[in-house]
Amino acid sequence: MVTIQDLHKKFGKNKVLKGVDLHIDQGGIFAVLGPNGSGKTTLIKSVLGMVIPNKGTIEVLGNNIKKSSDYRHQIDYLPQIANFPSNLKVKELIKMIKDLRKDTNEDKRLIELFKLEPFLDKKLGNLSGGTKQKVNLVLTFMFDSPLIILDEPTTGLDPISLIRLKDLIQVEKAKGKTILITSHIMSFVEEVSDEIVFILEGKIYFKGTIQDLKTKTKQPDFEHAIASILTNNHA
Amino acid sequence: MNKLFIFLVAILLAQTNDAQNIEVCSTCPISTLKDAIAQAQDFDTIVIKKGTYKEYNVIVDKPLTIIGEDYPIIDGESKGEIITVISDNVTVDGLFIINVGTSYTEDYAAIRVKNSKNFVIQNLVLEKLFFGIYIEKSRDGKVFHNKIIGDAVEEYNSGNGIQLWYSKNVDIEHNFIQHVRDGIYLEFSHFCTIKNNVSSLNIRYGLHFMFSNDDVYQDNEFSNNGAGVAVMFSKRIKMYNNVFKENWGTASYGVLLKEINDAEIIGNTFEENTIGINIEGSNRIIYKNNDFKNNGWAVKVRGACYTNSFIENNFLYNSFDIAYNSKVNDNVFDRNYWSNYTGYDLDKDGIGDVPYRPVKLFSYIVNRTPETIILLRSMFIDIIDFSEKVSPVFTPDNLMDNNPLIKKNTW
Amino acid sequence: MLKILKYSFYDLMRSRWSYVYFAFYLLLGIVLLFLNNDLSKAVITLMNVIIVLVPLIGTIFGVMYYYNSREFTELLLAQPLKRSSIFLGQYLGVALSLSMSLILGLGIPFVFYGLFESSAIWDFSLLLITGTFLTLIFTALAFNIALSNENKIKGFGYAILLWLFLAVIYDGLFLMTLIMFEDYPLDKVSLIGTMLNPIDLSRTLILLKLDISALLGYTGAVFKQFFGTSFGLIVSFSVLIIWVLLPVWRISIKSKKKDF
Repeated sequence: MVTIQDLHKKFGKNKVLKGVDLHIDQGGIFAVLGPNGSGKTTLIKSVLGMVIPNKGTIEVLGNNIKKSSDYRHQIDYLPQIANFPSNLKVKELIKMIKDLRKDTNEDKRLIELFKLEPFLDKKLGNLSGGTKQKVNLVLTFMFDSPLIILDEPTTGLDPISLIRLKDLIQVEKAKGKTILITSHIMSFVEEVSDEIVFILEGKIYFKGTIQDLKTKTKQPDFEHAIASILTNNHA
Repeated sequence: MNKLFIFLVAILLAQTNDAQNIEVCSTCPISTLKDAIAQAQDFDTIVIKKGTYKEYNVIVDKPLTIIGEDYPIIDGESKGEIITVISDNVTVDGLFIINVGTSYTEDYAAIRVKNSKNFVIQNLVLEKLFFGIYIEKSRDGKVFHNKIIGDAVEEYNSGNGIQLWYSKNVDIEHNFIQHVRDGIYLEFSHFCTIKNNVSSLNIRYGLHFMFSNDDVYQDNEFSNNGAGVAVMFSKRIKMYNNVFKENWGTASYGVLLKEINDAEIIGNTFEENTIGINIEGSNRIIYKNNDFKNNGWAVKVRGACYTNSFIENNFLYNSFDIAYNSKVNDNVFDRNYWSNYTGYDLDKDGIGDVPYRPVKLFSYIVNRTPETIILLRSMFIDIIDFSEKVSPVFTPDNLMDNNPLIKKNTW
Repeated sequence: MLKILKYSFYDLMRSRWSYVYFAFYLLLGIVLLFLNNDLSKAVITLMNVIIVLVPLIGTIFGVMYYYNSREFTELLLAQPLKRSSIFLGQYLGVALSLSMSLILGLGIPFVFYGLFESSAIWDFSLLLITGTFLTLIFTALAFNIALSNENKIKGFGYAILLWLFLAVIYDGLFLMTLIMFEDYPLDKVSLIGTMLNPIDLSRTLILLKLDISALLGYTGAVFKQFFGTSFGLIVSFSVLIIWVLLPVWRISIKSKKKDF
């Protein structure tokens, strides 16, 4: 699904990615983890073509992303911070995105799922962070693309919505889709992900299942496993 | 025998009538103007019928009235001067005179009046000419309603439309002159009136004045002439209600005043000239009720000009209102309307509360480095002009209109 | 790109700044015409306004829109859309809404004043065309500055500096150069100097209409050919078009290479 070879990226003098090699197969949920500033978002944005790498190749669905931007139609992306034009109404935003991408009827089901009907006529500037995130989720999931990239999807969500999100992710996984997630909530990651990709100082430190990680770090649970990686490497 | 017969007829005619009509046409007994003049008695009228008469060097040496019917053509075939009047009391009326000879030594004219009094030259149409109407050492005459269309290209081989030389008391009215060297040229001619003429598209000057005093010109229109109108070395000239328009070019102006004293320039319109009035060494001139509109420079003052007064004029949308090349000012500006004035009138008396300084620093700069004209109306230029306005360094600091009007002068 | 243009345009039409801009021009037009009652004077004053204010507003507004619409940009970037079309669409949205405010704001009072029967209609049309060109150019320059500077304050600073330089400082340097080399033939230099600054270029275009009498007073042959014939008009407009295309081209190049 996604193949990354020897990916380098620096911002000014700051080398963020220092040779990332990663292969992600089709189907399943992959969590990209790492401490702050480790390059998670940069990696994801590289795959999306929002960050232009200094070196290395990225292939999505067998196409080198440098050649054409058409592959982007195969990706649904949930940005980390849900910043929307504040003077737009929710209804208009959804209509606009559909106009820009393609028409779909999925949005009605998702609006119902996240109970967004009362907010449809409100301006985005007046919404709470959680509601904005729900709108963000609607915009992401309403298109039926084989690759889904979610950057901190749980931000601001109430427990009920979180459960619905988890369900939604499972439904999409069941359709055979590939889902990339970054998150700080370890319990969420542990619960939903099939495999984790751990990035440290610009490189892939670990890739495998949670069980493999526990074995490798000799820790009884996931959170401690992560913590031990960090303490060992920063000590 | 034949000659005797004509002689007898002539005597007979002369006896029966004081003034006789002599008809000239191609089939008449008299078929040329020359013959007609030769046979005419004093105060006869020669009527020339429609047709083409190839004649030149026609000398009118007795008081006659020569009238053309339906504009007969007198074709000089470019051989020299066509009609020369040397007698008093001659009227020439209604002829179409073409093809005057060109010469570098002699000023051939379509019609010349020489040492005569009481002449009338009217309703003529002159084309393909060298000089048009040439009044020489004559007085008390009238040049009225003629149309002079030349085809001049270069100054050195072309002549003037109407020229007066050492003449007095001549009225030049309602003439229409185009494409000659100078439309109207006066030299050493005094007490003449030039009125209601249109002089345009001439190579050099629409009107040219030299050493001529006490003349009046009014209600004329001068436009698109190579260099505009030049009034030089003359005294007591009155210029009323003329229009000077679109005289564009490096050395072009509506009016050039050089060594003019005691003139009155009132009620004229200067529109879209490179320079409206260019003044050099002229004193005691009154400029009143003139409109200066859309000129490059409304008034350009060079050299010593003293005791001139600019009163109640309108300066409208000129690139520069006044340009001065000295720091001394002895001229008065009062109660003019300046469209560039930005002051205010708090006491509502129609007069701006701060004086207006019509000379800009930028006009000095342009004078020094002409290419800088390309920066006209730039904000930077506005800033330096403003600072000069606040504390004059280069411009005469007493040069201002203390009573700039808020509304246009009307009269 | 057209869809993005549409949404940017709608977005701006909704923002109060477009109305402020529109109202400003409307007021200016009304004040100039109906309080002054002198069309020729109004056109001259308008020229000064257009030469100075339109670039300023174009630059500030362009930079401001870029930084303020980051959310919109991010949203668009998250969608499978071409980079260059996102930014060119936004650019055109801003530039067109500014141009529209200008044309309508000034046009309406002038039409009511009876412009169509007036001889000033050509001068006035030229003013509006020049104003539109300046809006297109300076909004594009503003986008270039904003694309190159993530820091908002820096971006604003550079934008103001750019305006100050082109509107005032450039002419000062230009004038000094001309005076310093006054012994040499300068007509070509001065024309080239004019072409290199879009504000000067627009000013010259308007001078061709308002001050032709003064311009023709200068002797240089190149000047004469430039100002005396339609040659000047054609060259000026061509260079103005280049002035629009170059920064727009750089927006598309820069936006392709930028990280978000």
